[in-house]
Amino acid sequence: MIRIVLLALVAGVVAVGSASAAPPNAADLEAELVCPVCETTLDQSNAPVAERMKAFLRVRIAAGDSERQIKDALVAEFGPGVIAEPPGGGFGLLAWLLPLGAVVGAAVVVALLIRRWARRTPPTGEAERLDPELERMVDEELARFDP
Amino acid sequence: MASRARLVGQGVAIGLVALLFILLTWSLFADDGGDLAAAAARGDRPPAPDFTLERLDEEGDLQLSSLQGKAVVLNVWASWCIPCKDEAPFLEELWRENRSRGLVVVGLDAKDFRVDAKRFAKRFDLTFPLVYDGPGDTLGDFGVTGFPESFVIDREGRVVGAFAGAVDGEDVRERFEAAIEQALEP
Repeated sequence: MIRIVLLALVAGVVAVGSASAAPPNAADLEAELVCPVCETTLDQSNAPVAERMKAFLRVRIAAGDSERQIKDALVAEFGPGVIAEPPGGGFGLLAWLLPLGAVVGAAVVVALLIRRWARRTPPTGEAERLDPELERMVDEELARFDP
Repeated sequence: MASRARLVGQGVAIGLVALLFILLTWSLFADDGGDLAAAAARGDRPPAPDFTLERLDEEGDLQLSSLQGKAVVLNVWASWCIPCKDEAPFLEELWRENRSRGLVVVGLDAKDFRVDAKRFAKRFDLTFPLVYDGPGDTLGDFGVTGFPESFVIDREGRVVGAFAGAVDGEDVRERFEAAIEQALEP
């Protein structure tokens, strides 16, 4: 059993390794890079500089560069703003943490509201209990339909 | 207890809305350089924002304020900009003809590949100083709205005139040359 688990782990590591070594895809990179003039991703832009950047991507992919090398080369030309996703450290970390904090905060608020509403709602049995007089009248009316 | 929690909630909500309103107002009225051209047009001569940028035509950096004492034509361009190609020979001629009078033309290449900018300079035989701002960080300070755009700066580092678009057409060129003459005044 242990051997099988170990084999599966090794196979997994090899699969991940081969995936990261795969050549970058131009379409994926165009969605991850920003046109410095129109400030949309390259795949959304046909500005002259965006077209030039797309050509640059194709040349560098054909030359065998990795995704990291291509992105680094573009950052060296256009600065860190050329990467669509914010950096994972420093001030850029806020862009990752704030939405997460907002979701957690919203979940807490919703949970608290649900708890409060649940407390306010009277027990089901009481809410459905009819006035005795009304209940007697309904019984009488229904009795008329009994065979 | 419940009413106190509600009050706190309302306070937080009002605070958030107020904060958003302040941010909106600040973003609308923050000086993003757009006032520079308007102030120059009024004849106020606002100080040109200083920068230090990597040179494209030789090794090292160029600091704009190091050119004080000379009149400067700062031309913002990029190799992919079509009107910049039409304007380049005019700027080179301007530089060659007025260099001895104390005029410096500085080409500020932005949002461009260095290799493309150097190819452009070679193609148009540009000999005036060229600086590189790939991310375009300096453009906001000058209120640049497009490419090309030129700023005429006097000997004291103050903006005499801002010209959006290529300096072509008789009227624009006359105003441009008049601004240069003002900038060259001692």
